[in-house]
Amino acid sequence: MSPKKQTGKGRRNREKIIRFFFFGVALASITTLFLIALFLFVEGVPIFKVVSVSDFVFGKYWYPTDDPAAFGIFPLIIASIAVTLVSSVISIPLGVLTALYLAEGASAGVREWVKPIVELLAALPSVVIGFFGMVIVAPVLQEILNIPTGLNLFNASLMLAFMSIPTICSLSEDAIFGVPVELKEASLALGATHWETIARVIFPASISGICTAVILGMSRAMGETMVVLMVAGGAAMIPTSLFEPVRPMPASIAAEMAEAPFHSDHYYALFATAIVLFLFTLAFNVIAEQISHRYRQVGAATL
Amino acid sequence: MKIKGIAVLAFIAATLFAASMVWAGSIVIKGSTTVLPIAQKTAEVYMKQNPDVKISISGGGSGNGMKALIDGSTDIADSSRFIKGKEVSLAVEKGVYPVPFAVAYDCIVPVVHPSNPIVNITMAQLKDIYMGKVKNWKDIDGPDQPVVVISRDTSSGTYEVWNKKVMKKERVFPGALLQASNGAVSQAVAKNKNAIGYIGLGYVNKDVKGLMVNRIAGSAETTLNGTYPISRPLFMFTPGWPKGDVLNFINFVINPEKGQKYVAEAGYVPLY
Repeated sequence: MSPKKQTGKGRRNREKIIRFFFFGVALASITTLFLIALFLFVEGVPIFKVVSVSDFVFGKYWYPTDDPAAFGIFPLIIASIAVTLVSSVISIPLGVLTALYLAEGASAGVREWVKPIVELLAALPSVVIGFFGMVIVAPVLQEILNIPTGLNLFNASLMLAFMSIPTICSLSEDAIFGVPVELKEASLALGATHWETIARVIFPASISGICTAVILGMSRAMGETMVVLMVAGGAAMIPTSLFEPVRPMPASIAAEMAEAPFHSDHYYALFATAIVLFLFTLAFNVIAEQISHRYRQVGAATL
Repeated sequence: MKIKGIAVLAFIAATLFAASMVWAGSIVIKGSTTVLPIAQKTAEVYMKQNPDVKISISGGGSGNGMKALIDGSTDIADSSRFIKGKEVSLAVEKGVYPVPFAVAYDCIVPVVHPSNPIVNITMAQLKDIYMGKVKNWKDIDGPDQPVVVISRDTSSGTYEVWNKKVMKKERVFPGALLQASNGAVSQAVAKNKNAIGYIGLGYVNKDVKGLMVNRIAGSAETTLNGTYPISRPLFMFTPGWPKGDVLNFINFVINPEKGQKYVAEAGYVPLY
């Protein structure tokens, strides 16, 4: 005990320095995020001198280089929402059920093989998935369904689902794994079958974590750029069916930003589109955060 | 103190560096994004051969290039159109006499899937297709299959030519698919038997079928003799007759053995 007491002050100082260091590191990433958001607003807000916020958000025509120009991103917003929803209809069941299987059903051997493969999906660069969708999936869809073009809402959603499954799956699996083993054992001890335990105990106990996983997966789908640029078709109109081409917000920004004259109305309008996109993904993340806080499973006692 | 010292040194170094850039020959080029690839390619090679000359290039559009030419903030203004009367009078007022140099031609070819039997299309039919009026190929004597219209992002120079020469101020309808490059359009058309798109002459390959427009096939020859309707000359303007480094650079660009080789590489039609 005595040597510790002698160096007590020095140790406390070192502790302080370490704490400041970590504070600085945390601050750096927060500052970066703040600066990016600030930059977005500084570069995007001037467009609202040219069009009103409601004309911008609800305008139906996007002709940024015409004279007079039309800056309406409503079709782009609808497109972003549509691809996100359709892709989550595909990715949520696949992702969550895979996670349940991996955590509860699979033998250790299967799990060891399947889990890295699912996670490898996340490592595929989006341009590769986009290329796959464009060159292989699109002609097949067009041929089988006899539709005018395979570059459409459905194809893009399918590719986005591929990209969000790993996110949804691995985060859900963590949540399922986090369910206290006492709960599972209690359920089994009461005579419930394994299936009943999964459906009535494990799944409800991990629901908040699964919801967070799903929302983060959706926010990934909404912000994804390369895939929608290559596969969604890019028609700036409100889709009336699953098989019509659409142009989500990131595709529009990526396609046009490179050649939009610096500080022109078009340039401002693209940044304003990015603001809208940012608000969407921010909302997703806030919701995910809320859910994981509010319904957090604390210990085994609260169920 | 130490940090301050380093900052001061860095500042001095940066100033010297900047100053040395100014002392060596330097050329500023601004303007059309259509001409940008030509300016970039030729400038790259030119700077390699003349290491003492620094060329800085920025886009911004033909209008901005002209503005910079008039207020004297550029040595060369790239433009995808001829100078307007109003711009000439503004320039002359400021004592600037713009001199045009045609550096290349831009030739845009409508393309379809190789299985499409259509070989010729008229300007009016192209316009109707891109306005969304023609929905089926049989309306223009093609096979009974839907038309899938592929267009370019609105900020591209290729779109600009198409909009001006084919659409004549009408809008491309919102249902047109968007691709972000000549290569992507060609790829999308090659994969879809219903599709029609348009690409620069340099990008037409065997995977897509170039159409004749008003019975004239797009080629370097028909572009140069002016019979092919979807083409235009591209210019570099200088304030007054160029001198020194600027003259050397312009000569390099229009030399068939030098700059013009890179014009073809960038997907445009060379002057000769």
